[in-house]
Amino acid sequence: MKKETKNPAIDRVDGRMKVTGGAKYFADFDLPDLAYCVIVGSEIARGILTGIDTKKAVSAPGVVGVFTHLNMPPIPGWDMPVSGQSDGGKPKPATEETYRILSSPKILFDGQPVAMVVADTFERATYAASLIKATYNKQSARTSLEKNIEKQVTPKGGDYKRGEAEAYESSVVKLEADYKIPIEVHNPMELHGITAHWTGKQQLMIYAKTQGVNATQQAMAQAFQVDPENIRVHTEFMGGGFGMGLRTWPQETAVVAIAKKVGRPVKLVMNRSQMFTMVGHRPYTVQTIQIGADQDGKLVAINHAATAETASYEDFTEATVNMTRFMYACPNVSTRYRLVRLDRSVPIWMRGPGEATGAFALESAMDEMAHKLKLDPIAFRLLNYTQTDPEHDRPYSSKHLKEAYERGAEAIGWKNRKSEPGMLREGNSFVGYGMSTGVFNAFRWEASARVILSSDGSLVIQSAVTDIGPGTGTALTMIAHNVLGVPFNRIKVQYGDTSLPKAPTQGGSAIVSAVGSAVFDACSKVKNELFALALKDGGALAGRQPTELTLSDGVVAVEKEPGKKVAVDVLMKSSQLTKIEKDADSKGSPDLEKYSMYSFSVHFVKVKVNPLTGAVRVIKAVSVADSGRIISPKTAASQMIGGVAGGIGMALTEEAVIDHRFGRFVNNNLADYHVAVHADVPAIETIFIDKPDPVINPMGAKGMGEIALIGFAGAVANAVFNATGQRIRELPITPDKVMRKMV
Amino acid sequence: MNPFQFTRVTTPQAAVSTISKTAGTYFLAGGTNLIDLIKREVIIPEQLVDITKLPLAAIEKTSSGIRIGAMAKNSAVADHELIKKHFPLLSMALNAGASAQLRNMATVGGNMMQRTRCSYFYDNSMPCNKRGPVQSGPDKGQPNGPGGCGAIGGSNRMHAIFGASAKCIAVHPSDMCIALAALDATVNITGPKGDRSISFTEFHRLPGDIPQKDNTLAPAELITSVDLPTNAFAEHSYYLKVRDRASYAFALVSVGVGLEMKGKIIQQARLAMGGVAHKPWRLSEAEQFLKGKEASEFNFKQAATLAMASAKGYGENDFKLTLAPNSIVEALQIATENA
Repeated sequence: MKKETKNPAIDRVDGRMKVTGGAKYFADFDLPDLAYCVIVGSEIARGILTGIDTKKAVSAPGVVGVFTHLNMPPIPGWDMPVSGQSDGGKPKPATEETYRILSSPKILFDGQPVAMVVADTFERATYAASLIKATYNKQSARTSLEKNIEKQVTPKGGDYKRGEAEAYESSVVKLEADYKIPIEVHNPMELHGITAHWTGKQQLMIYAKTQGVNATQQAMAQAFQVDPENIRVHTEFMGGGFGMGLRTWPQETAVVAIAKKVGRPVKLVMNRSQMFTMVGHRPYTVQTIQIGADQDGKLVAINHAATAETASYEDFTEATVNMTRFMYACPNVSTRYRLVRLDRSVPIWMRGPGEATGAFALESAMDEMAHKLKLDPIAFRLLNYTQTDPEHDRPYSSKHLKEAYERGAEAIGWKNRKSEPGMLREGNSFVGYGMSTGVFNAFRWEASARVILSSDGSLVIQSAVTDIGPGTGTALTMIAHNVLGVPFNRIKVQYGDTSLPKAPTQGGSAIVSAVGSAVFDACSKVKNELFALALKDGGALAGRQPTELTLSDGVVAVEKEPGKKVAVDVLMKSSQLTKIEKDADSKGSPDLEKYSMYSFSVHFVKVKVNPLTGAVRVIKAVSVADSGRIISPKTAASQMIGGVAGGIGMALTEEAVIDHRFGRFVNNNLADYHVAVHADVPAIETIFIDKPDPVINPMGAKGMGEIALIGFAGAVANAVFNATGQRIRELPITPDKVMRKMV
Repeated sequence: MNPFQFTRVTTPQAAVSTISKTAGTYFLAGGTNLIDLIKREVIIPEQLVDITKLPLAAIEKTSSGIRIGAMAKNSAVADHELIKKHFPLLSMALNAGASAQLRNMATVGGNMMQRTRCSYFYDNSMPCNKRGPVQSGPDKGQPNGPGGCGAIGGSNRMHAIFGASAKCIAVHPSDMCIALAALDATVNITGPKGDRSISFTEFHRLPGDIPQKDNTLAPAELITSVDLPTNAFAEHSYYLKVRDRASYAFALVSVGVGLEMKGKIIQQARLAMGGVAHKPWRLSEAEQFLKGKEASEFNFKQAATLAMASAKGYGENDFKLTLAPNSIVEALQIATENA
């Protein structure tokens, strides 16, 4: 099959394994003499640790070691320039990170580790940890973004501007609105942690919850000044990452140091409340959008400003305002991005990352503007549609967003929408429709892969990439199948281990494009070798040209001559080959620079709102993806469904709440932090445009993990407005924000 | 771990005689809340008496109504034919609570005994008057974390608008208890001094100056069953639960309604609210007002206004002053339409 052809929907290749317990997650690996680590976190968010009494813990049963800032083993490489994180091992300059775990009595954030206790069982470590008494000199914690907004700083990257700054002020129709996103926490089902095992003085085996085994390998090599070749990291499966595994967290490095010190393997599995303070979160962000248009609805200006929280000890930035620069045809655009450094732990990308935050604001504002202009929201977007990227002044590699609008509108029943809010009722409830656009960079990162074709016709695919759940194994299987024609059930994917060919960190919707291309190239090499064997002098198909040949179901054949063929096993055996093994490194071409490569999505929702109680329910959702050729339709649809479930959480329920008097979370558990449950998530229709991108990679596939979420919250807010006339600009849209005073 | 004594008993008499009357002793039933509290060290027990083997799970007809054993599982009660037919409000309330898994574990008696979900109560580093002193172990008698009420002036979106005190503004978290309060249930109790029965609305208490105490049980007393008197509310019952997500969330506000109707006229009304007070909050004035009145939006609004007379917000929960009366009206409307 070629990229011109749609791919069949096959089952997730590792699905059976996952639901029968066959898939092993990091914490499932048991080792002889394994010890267990439990973290004691700070109970204050800012101040000085004046004392830490570990005596009772040290003498508690089964305790192997108790580590605090007073006796923490050194981490030699930490203050040297740090190697790469997210791109699979390419060295990078030192990060901004200055926080060093258990190195000083200074408390920088709530939950900051003040002690790590190691014992022979998890229960004993937990008990010993409970015996530790810390005393603090507490300082007032600066955790509120609003209260500290005057201390904002401009991060690297700077502001963006095209056209005239005054264009907004002189526009005929103007809209200015503020939007707010609370702290959201990834909260995957699987808890975070690591198992570290020094198998020799300079030999390290790690089972971790990381989205990139190569990145963890590099980080640990850096931290412990060990040759990366001597560090093996294994993360085959992950019970949800959503971005929290995109970096190596300080407590992971600490466990490796402690394992070395105690001379036995050590495992850390964090608890749920620690997941709120030690593995990042979507940053609290306030935004202001100004949109100016002429009276016909043509955009004149957009100004987009965002201010996000970060830690006092590190600047975390994301692409919150970037979408505004290129999404619509608009001559005058400015974006501004600021950070406020707070006494909180550092944020990290969370699915959709900053683009999802920004899209909520931009796509809500577009809806508000459409209403002001008395235009249909889709018509307004089409009026300002652009087929070239106005930010970089170059064409999109592919863009079928118009078709996405059409097909989504048809599926949700957009024609039933009333342009005036509050006009549709079902029983006592108001009904409304909303839509929103999402967009995310389509990348082509470097990656490597190996494929091994055996003479029995089976194929093994190898890559270090971790599967965080999107169906990576299934997609790679499809790509190999399309090149080599090997039946799906004869293909095995081995991944998630640094002993395999290097791959980037799973994130940024980039893996099918990156690793998939490497698999494609490696398979193509195998195919070329098979063809060469068939075509060589004395070969079964000698005298033909490679372009005349096809390969499928274990047979090389001449395309236009039925019967002229040779079986692959025959071909290999005749050349005394038991296997053909090929490696490929893939990185795209400089030609890609001529294009802007993005994936697009459109989300449509229908909501029902009870005006008395303010309860909002999404009763139908349609998500359309324009992300090139879909490699694995079934797992891609699952990914879209997951994005909608996450989007409903973002729109309606998720918010990590801080009591600023203490600088601490008050809902750091899964009962009080509300991720969407099944009852919140209606039937979801997923639609794929499924047209190959002609540029990005040989499969024509662009990423789609992020666009499944980006924009969704805006669609819900827009639907709530359409249902009730109430514009909610602060997420989540909980009942108290929507209800009206009736009594 | 912190050591504690664990005993399994098989008769109510043995339960009562085994448990010590001192603080730090608990009956263990479904454990869906108690075990959580022990893990968080909000409770450090000295003694647990496992009552899961007590023969108290029957649901049966009596001469005056239905008796539900204290050990009946929440899911068994919710799905029971007699309950669905005669007391649908109880069935609805139970199914609005927790998750299917929790309802399969939780018992009727345990549900009545569950502690508040106030965040400050659950975090020993935060101020709370409700936790009381440490009940066991080397720190016995010491305060279990700082005193004061963290929720006053703090994150109190989920907190009480009725009957709170300067010591505590926490709310009782149960849905089931709202229905039982509305349905005039009686609680049957056994203890060292013998058996006694009290009205369900007398079982839980307001925080006052002793917020550590959720109810009026004396030490070593055990709930054995709950009696529901026959009523004529089955046709017009509704449990409305307003919450932050569609399932598995505690009530912002909930309303249990039972109406006895003759044509459009309300003969009798029963109303109780959850998520608003330290105990299930019965709306007696509103019930009195509705008696003999026509079921109309106008009258419902009047009733809701009466019900809110003593309500007080604490900042983040001020929205409940609007949401609560709105919800009363909504629940009454739906109960009227139900038939």
